[in-house]
Amino acid sequence: MEPVAAPEPRWRALRGTNVADRLYRTVLTTLAVSLPLLLLSLVGELAVSAWPAIRRFGFSFLWTSVWDPVAGIYGAAPMIFGTLASSLLALLIAVPLSLGVAIYLTEFAPKWLRQPVAFLVELLAAIPSVVYGLWGIFVLIPFLRTVVVPPLRATLGWTPFLSGVFYGNSLLAGSVILAIMIVPYIAAVSREVLLAVPVSQREAALGMGATRWEAVWTAVVPYGRAGLIGAVILGLGRALGETMAVTMLIGNRHDIGLSVLQPAYTMAAAIANEFSEATTDLYLSALFEVGLILFVVTVVVNALARLLIWRVARGTAVGSRAL
Amino acid sequence: MSVRRWRRRFTSGVMTGLVAFLSFLAVLALVLILGDLIARGASSLDWSFFTKNPVPAGESGGGVANAIVGTGIIVGLAALIGLPIGIGTGLYLAEYGSGRLGWIVRFVADVLNGTPSIVVGIFAWTWLVKPMGHFSAFAGSAALAVLMVPMLARTTEEMVRLVPHSLREAALALGYPRWRTSLRVIARTALAGIVTGCLVGIARVAGETAPLLFTALGNLNFSTHVLEPMQTLSLQIYVYATGPFDEWHRLAWAAALVLMGLVLLLSLSARWAIRQRRGAAR
Repeated sequence: MEPVAAPEPRWRALRGTNVADRLYRTVLTTLAVSLPLLLLSLVGELAVSAWPAIRRFGFSFLWTSVWDPVAGIYGAAPMIFGTLASSLLALLIAVPLSLGVAIYLTEFAPKWLRQPVAFLVELLAAIPSVVYGLWGIFVLIPFLRTVVVPPLRATLGWTPFLSGVFYGNSLLAGSVILAIMIVPYIAAVSREVLLAVPVSQREAALGMGATRWEAVWTAVVPYGRAGLIGAVILGLGRALGETMAVTMLIGNRHDIGLSVLQPAYTMAAAIANEFSEATTDLYLSALFEVGLILFVVTVVVNALARLLIWRVARGTAVGSRAL
Repeated sequence: MSVRRWRRRFTSGVMTGLVAFLSFLAVLALVLILGDLIARGASSLDWSFFTKNPVPAGESGGGVANAIVGTGIIVGLAALIGLPIGIGTGLYLAEYGSGRLGWIVRFVADVLNGTPSIVVGIFAWTWLVKPMGHFSAFAGSAALAVLMVPMLARTTEEMVRLVPHSLREAALALGYPRWRTSLRVIARTALAGIVTGCLVGIARVAGETAPLLFTALGNLNFSTHVLEPMQTLSLQIYVYATGPFDEWHRLAWAAALVLMGLVLLLSLSARWAIRQRRGAAR
């Protein structure tokens, strides 16, 4: 059956088809579309600039470790290794710390303490990266050298992870500063995830005679697991792309070593250090390829984190502010 | 039985203590960093620090007047570019963002939010510095704007969505066209929240260094020309902290204290703005 033709003018008025409304919508849509366009041009530009290096070295770029601008041979394995190693080591330190903060603030802390502590922890995210770097050079490294490393070496010095001389700038220093930097992000999102866990979960566990910790560990944390994993992955994304503080602390050496006391390199640090001195087109192109890899990896990691967090807190903007 | 009960209670107590201790550690890190900034930076903050330009390496004295002004110009210009786009995108997401395009924009915003700032830096280099043939403060501002927009869009959307539906219905029922409802009623009600988002966004980029390395570059002289290289506090800290001179290190701490103060001021006023909103809603 043919639908009855609606009285056209009235509908138009109700749907707001007046010129100004249309204009308003067009302007907003244009602004909004600029974001996907930006992403596309970002990827496109990086890919085009990296193309000479991609064509020249193919996949071997990813697993060879010679980085010789003079001979024009580039392999990014040490940076990729350093990026992953420093980020994972940072997670190893930051995850227990930030989950502890989140659990304490949602489950145990007295009411009056929750807001102030949450605020102070989130302030860690406000400290500029370069200030972390400065603090790392003049406070953290001397601290590691005098207080942390000697006992570590005394007990575990025989392992390959703690071999070699500790000069300061090292994988360890970079990872520790990264850990401090990502704590506020992981803690903030975890906290929101835990807050989104229904009170009935806790009540049920406590009602069955669980202690407070058992209630948290068996009823609250598992319920928010996907979101907590998302928070951790979000922290990983942060750590992978962090530039300044790591550049200032990690030592910037093209080498793959197991020892955390030795200097290492990350992709972001390589770009920061070498981009302005890249004299040949191929050198520049190789750095763009490093940038492209870094970008793709962080996009994948962030998308994954987001999907996980959305699963727990569907439809809310949990975590988008902390990002 | 009672032994087991005691053990369970003991575990609970220990774990409670442990998470409390971990929280203490996180706060301690903040206190230590801020404390060191004050302890090592405050003594260098004198009149000449704020009014003089850097002196040649090896000489003592000098200040960071050029970097302070440069930070203001670059961040201000970034806000000028980034705020309209970010807020507009946020309004789009809140008003018309229920369809497929809305989903895409939202997802892209979240993805861009995590983009390493150094990548944005080399992107701005290829798009602005290379074609123009020289480094410029403007390219730095553009890079910072790119970092600002996604976060701003999501915050604005979130804040606008908090506005009760009844307000929109009332305005539309009174015959307000949609655009006026959106701007005069909805956006205005959410204003404090949007301002908070803007301040947080500005605070976030004010301390950025990586995207400026190959765009604004840095400048030893006083410059207010946006098409020329310009110094910022963050770039100055980077150069001074990694340099070999004690005098530079002293200035780096002082500059870091100033930058930190600036960022904290922005963050705290953001918090204050959101308080106002909550207060008004009650």
